[in-house]
Amino acid sequence: MKTIRSLLVASTAVCSAGAAGAAELEVMHWWTSGGEAAAVAEFAKSFDATGNTWVDAAIAGGENARAVMVSRITGGDPMGAFQFNHGRQAEELIEAGLLRDITDIAEAEGWLDLVNPSTLLDACTVDGRVYCAPVNIHSWQWLWVSHQAFADAGVDVPTNWAEFSAASGALEGAGKIPLAMGQQGWQQSGAFNVMMASLLPSEVFLSVYGDKDTEVAGGDAVATVFDAAAQARDMAAKSTVQNWNDATNLVITGQAGGQIMGDWAQGEFAVAEAVAGEDYSCLPGLGTNPRLSTGGDAFYFPVLEDDSLAAAQGELAALLLKPEVQVNFNLAKGSLPVRGDIDLSAANDCMQKGLALLADGALLPDVNMLATPDTVNQINTLFTEFFADKSISAADAQAQFVDIIADAE
Amino acid sequence: MASKRPNQLFRNMNAKVSAIPMIVTALFVFVGGTAWTIVYSFTKSGLLPRMKWIGLDQYERLWGTKRWLIAIENLAIYGLSMLVLVFVIGFILAALIDQKIRFENTVRTVILYPYAMSFVVTGLVWQWILNPEFGVQNIMRGLGWQSFTFDPLYNAEIAIFGVLIAGLWQGSGLVMVLMLAGLRGIDQEVWKASRVDGIPAWKTYIFIVIPMMRPVFITTLVLVVTGIVKVFDLIVAQTGGGPGIATEVPAKYVYDMMFRNNNLGQGFAASTMMLVTVAIIVVPWAILEFGGKKNNG
Repeated sequence: MKTIRSLLVASTAVCSAGAAGAAELEVMHWWTSGGEAAAVAEFAKSFDATGNTWVDAAIAGGENARAVMVSRITGGDPMGAFQFNHGRQAEELIEAGLLRDITDIAEAEGWLDLVNPSTLLDACTVDGRVYCAPVNIHSWQWLWVSHQAFADAGVDVPTNWAEFSAASGALEGAGKIPLAMGQQGWQQSGAFNVMMASLLPSEVFLSVYGDKDTEVAGGDAVATVFDAAAQARDMAAKSTVQNWNDATNLVITGQAGGQIMGDWAQGEFAVAEAVAGEDYSCLPGLGTNPRLSTGGDAFYFPVLEDDSLAAAQGELAALLLKPEVQVNFNLAKGSLPVRGDIDLSAANDCMQKGLALLADGALLPDVNMLATPDTVNQINTLFTEFFADKSISAADAQAQFVDIIADAE
Repeated sequence: MASKRPNQLFRNMNAKVSAIPMIVTALFVFVGGTAWTIVYSFTKSGLLPRMKWIGLDQYERLWGTKRWLIAIENLAIYGLSMLVLVFVIGFILAALIDQKIRFENTVRTVILYPYAMSFVVTGLVWQWILNPEFGVQNIMRGLGWQSFTFDPLYNAEIAIFGVLIAGLWQGSGLVMVLMLAGLRGIDQEVWKASRVDGIPAWKTYIFIVIPMMRPVFITTLVLVVTGIVKVFDLIVAQTGGGPGIATEVPAKYVYDMMFRNNNLGQGFAASTMMLVTVAIIVVPWAILEFGGKKNNG
């Protein structure tokens, strides 16, 4: 009996010793497309090099992933770290004290000085405390154009939205889908928000989403964006794919003229070895009003009881913003780094455009930072419906949009 | 004194003691959970429940949301069609099998088999079958009928019927088996008597056999109706609520509000409305059905 007990004690000691040296940290994220998976592998590689183990828990689709993450955290079974779009999505988890305050790490690493633009860190900060590590800047306001599709249609490659939409007849004549768009609410409402940010002065975007001004949301300026969205609906009528990367693939293979999608599409072009400026063009701000929203991804860390896991969380948080990790990750992902002091000369044509806009400060906050998930999802539902049902007029959709903005907080 | 009647409370002690865990679970989990949900449906709960009273605001928003109205309409269309068709198909299949056919076991198994599948599998299978590019439409066109069009899942007007087909495919087998059991329970003498009187078989079924099968019908009805109200996985797997929001159902609305919109209050309000709807239908019927019987002995 005694021997058995001492054996058990010894084995427990061995286990805990092993855990202290190298913790296995479960990291949840929704990076599953080709370019994204390549990018997250960079994080995993660097984290494994510290002696810890990155346990990858990827869930396809941001909406599904967020539902699983939230229910695991609120259900008392937290993972080691998880990816979120920083902004208001994590607000309530922080209020409930479920997420770890990483202000000490942020201070030790000097994030306050090096994170650029500083709004990224602001989005992680609640009541002066830092709760997340921003890892990249993603902007939505890009139009990706296939050179091959326009060559086949015998039209010059457009440089802005007006030229692009004018060419839709010629594209259709050549058997192309003028605009590739996945049939998911976030993509459709995303495209609408891009149009609002790009086709109108930035103040309109800010007063609709920032101030929740219903008069502006119901006004004539926004009405022109709804008309443009109705036009985009006609252009995307033959695009039946679901996922954004499948839609991007239509552009890469020249079956579609273009796609309105965030700069994460860049990663797909990179995986397909397409060359920016030769095979495809990227038009920030739809070529009309080059401005980028500084949304992005961040890692949050649930409060954990186990000390060795907590230590590993700290190591991961610090690692995510290290210069070489930032370079490798962002080059693979096609996003912009969160620190301005690193060399990204390896970046391609499109990323350089983004970096230039970042340096100029031609920036907008992301919708996720201004609106709650509730409002964002209501808008998604509206556009899912709008894009699927041609009988809904632009004016009807705008009236519903005003109602949503009126209810938003 | 010795002949004092034993206390009613202590009769069948074993049975009562062993039922305690279930009674406690039922009270706390079902009744308690329901009451809690209803209370919190009047609050402004977001990602986590918060006791911030806002009265009927959640309900006002709910009934002003087009997606919820479409979900209710879909449930009504799906529910009524399902209810009628599954009974008609199930009963006819059972009546046919009851004709002492050959290979009865094989036929019964084949028809019941879909019921053994999860709704997710059923949903995916029918998504493929109804897909115009590699499903029925493609096969018919391949056979030479070039103008043949059959793509219910891509037409918002009739998409819910595409889901109905899958639901019927899965549910008919169970109804058939239950009905068959009911038919086998009918005394052969009844059939002989009706034959002697020269009553046609279909009349015997409708006026004699079906009324005699009342208990079987009630059991089946309860099973089918609960299946209809909670329909969720079939929609998620087959259409995801699309095209647009054409095949949304209430259960999916509740799920999306709670876990995607991070708006528990709205989800609770929607689930309370589902409960109220079910209660309005079920309670009067249950009183008539079960309460009445007790009084009549």
